[in-house]
Amino acid sequence: MTARIRKRTGQFFRMRRFKTQVKSVTHTSSTILGEAVARATPVPIASRIRGLSDRSMAWLFITPAIALLLAVNIFPLIWAIYLSFTNFRANRPNAALENVGLSNYSRVLNDPNIWQAMQTTAHFVFWTILLQTLIGFSLAYLIDRKFRGHAFWTTIILVPMMLSPAVVGNFWRFLYQPQIGLFNHIVSFLTGIPPSSFEMLGSVRLSPWAIIIVDTWMWTPYVMLICLAGLRSIPDYIYEAAEVDRASLWRQFWSITLPMALPFIMLAVLFRGIENFKMFDMVTLLTGGGPGSTTEVASITLKREAFESWRTGRASAFAIILFVAVFGLANIYVKALNKVKQR
Amino acid sequence: MKTIKQALLGATSAFVLFVAAPNLAKADELTLCWAAWDPANALVELSKDFTSQSGTTMKFEFVPWPNFADRILNELNSGGKLCDLLIGDSQWLGGSAENGYYVKLNDFFDKEGIKMSDFADAAVNAYATWPKGTPNYWALPAMGDANAWFYRKDWFAQPEIQAEFKKKYNRDLAAPTTWDELLEVAEFFNGREIDGKKVYGAAIFTERASEGITMGATSALYPYGFKYENTPGKYDMEGAVNSPEAVAGLEAYKKLYKCCTPPGYTDAYMGESLDAFKSGQVAMAMNWFAFFPGLYKDEKVGGDKIGFFVNPKEKVAASTLGGQGISVVANTDNMDGALAYIKWFAQPDVQKKWWSLGGYAVHKTVLNDPTFTESQPFAADFLVAMNQVQDFWQEPSYAILLQAMQKRLHDYVVADKGTAKEALDGLVKDWTEVFKDDGKL
Repeated sequence: MTARIRKRTGQFFRMRRFKTQVKSVTHTSSTILGEAVARATPVPIASRIRGLSDRSMAWLFITPAIALLLAVNIFPLIWAIYLSFTNFRANRPNAALENVGLSNYSRVLNDPNIWQAMQTTAHFVFWTILLQTLIGFSLAYLIDRKFRGHAFWTTIILVPMMLSPAVVGNFWRFLYQPQIGLFNHIVSFLTGIPPSSFEMLGSVRLSPWAIIIVDTWMWTPYVMLICLAGLRSIPDYIYEAAEVDRASLWRQFWSITLPMALPFIMLAVLFRGIENFKMFDMVTLLTGGGPGSTTEVASITLKREAFESWRTGRASAFAIILFVAVFGLANIYVKALNKVKQR
Repeated sequence: MKTIKQALLGATSAFVLFVAAPNLAKADELTLCWAAWDPANALVELSKDFTSQSGTTMKFEFVPWPNFADRILNELNSGGKLCDLLIGDSQWLGGSAENGYYVKLNDFFDKEGIKMSDFADAAVNAYATWPKGTPNYWALPAMGDANAWFYRKDWFAQPEIQAEFKKKYNRDLAAPTTWDELLEVAEFFNGREIDGKKVYGAAIFTERASEGITMGATSALYPYGFKYENTPGKYDMEGAVNSPEAVAGLEAYKKLYKCCTPPGYTDAYMGESLDAFKSGQVAMAMNWFAFFPGLYKDEKVGGDKIGFFVNPKEKVAASTLGGQGISVVANTDNMDGALAYIKWFAQPDVQKKWWSLGGYAVHKTVLNDPTFTESQPFAADFLVAMNQVQDFWQEPSYAILLQAMQKRLHDYVVADKGTAKEALDGLVKDWTEVFKDDGKL
């Protein structure tokens, strides 16, 4: 045992020496290369154009991007903030525009339907993130073992993520069909319940879970990919050192794998959280917010308010409230993420 | 020098053509917007005559029903120029008239001698006028329609089924004439095995997103005695919208939904109703008259196998109004062409051909023709229905009013939330808020 540890320690130090040598060679060669490139590089184009400094050139290049950003992001945001204080309705462009103060905000915040939609959204976001993180990380952990055929299985697992949400929504509608749907028949086969006796999309109790299942099926591979990147970024020598210290597999997972992969997991949670908070397409295709308003997430309520009821002012107020909520939560979360990264 | 001149001349000509060509093309072209459904195909066929007579090319923009309102109202609200002519829903009239999206046609009708008295009164009131009851015309009645029913005549005619029905209900099995009978017939067929296949009672409208469940449920609400207002024009909805009769009507609709629709029928509208019937799943189905010509021609379930009946009465005889008028979009670049189309479309001969092709003309020349009721197996029912139609609010705020009703009805009927009384009380509350916002209360 002692000999094995000595051998491993020797390997570890040899590896470090090798890495140092490689770094040194890389540094020397990059210095020589840098000087050669500097000699060969012609005088910067900006200095050849009279009156145009490097800074001006930089501005010239980024101006179109900034203009586009202002036009399609910043201006609509400011405009929406303005509209949220008015009684504007997009289907009545000729009506007199009145300032209604905070009335739209007050109505939105006192509307039980909006709170119902927020609760539905929270339920959806919470369960999808929980399931996707657990399953995604587990899959990444398994794939990282590099078993035989792991590349094939990785590709298979990634397929749902590559599909369009419109396609996914439509074919899951068929899968959930009570009379001919494969899902109901599989459940029936496993449990003995008749396939037509339950409706995944039509039942108040089951429809929220039907959407959670589809979203988890589709986006778990995405979480898996990010987690896999995290797992593969952990250097092998740390595990080797842990083995030298006779750490158990559980201890290695708890003390090395999880803390070092945590920033990646948190990043995946952030991405999925933001995406699912504004989830629209899949819910629209699967249930349209129904039955009743059981699966009506905030984005569907917002769309109905803005483009079906045409209460643009009120819809703008709701959009701003959603924006502030997501922006605020995301900021707090990013700060936590940075703290984890700095540990 | 000559070469330069020639080049300049060529470039100038090319530029002029480039700038003018779209406008030249536009002058000879009209775009008509409507929903994508069977009658739209008939209109394409009919419009070929207009093209051959006027030389104007007709383009069509047909939008599937679930997206029709979204797509076209967005177009109107954004001042788009997609449509020169629009066959828009009757509920859009108020908003489109008040917002200046449609051209007022009174002067044009007077000038061209087009008389509204030549069209069915109910159709003129529903599809052309705003405010209601005034002679202000914003459309020409184009397509009469109402919600009605069709059934499997061949199943109804089977002796063993007839005998069993008579034994159970002590009357002959026939197309229902009241909602009570409709519920009985639906219950009778539901779960029965016919031709080796389990069948269901009825396919009805339960769609949540656009207007489906409202159009379906009002087919029960109106006959039971639902009213929008106690006094027309006063917006006094308490006791009308949520009257005991309205509650009974909504309960009947829910009973029909719970008892007798196929599994998974929680978000169904026109397409789903047709599919359920054509696939032999249901004994009866509701849908718009517009689909009846196609159904009658269907090889599997049409012909002798299908029968039609007007929406059953209960306390009163009533049908939910469908159908549309044709309007000229105020934003059009081809006003003369659009008006010429309306003038052509209003001619009695064109209206006759419109009916023969599968469009529901409401011109009196067509409707009063002695052969009309025999011209199609559903023609007589169409006449009955058009004389008893009731429509949803046509107010400028109709979209908000409709969304509120969709939500309240779907919550109660499909999602089992609360009682019928609570749903209708909630609806009164929602609508009151809307009319208060509009300054009408």
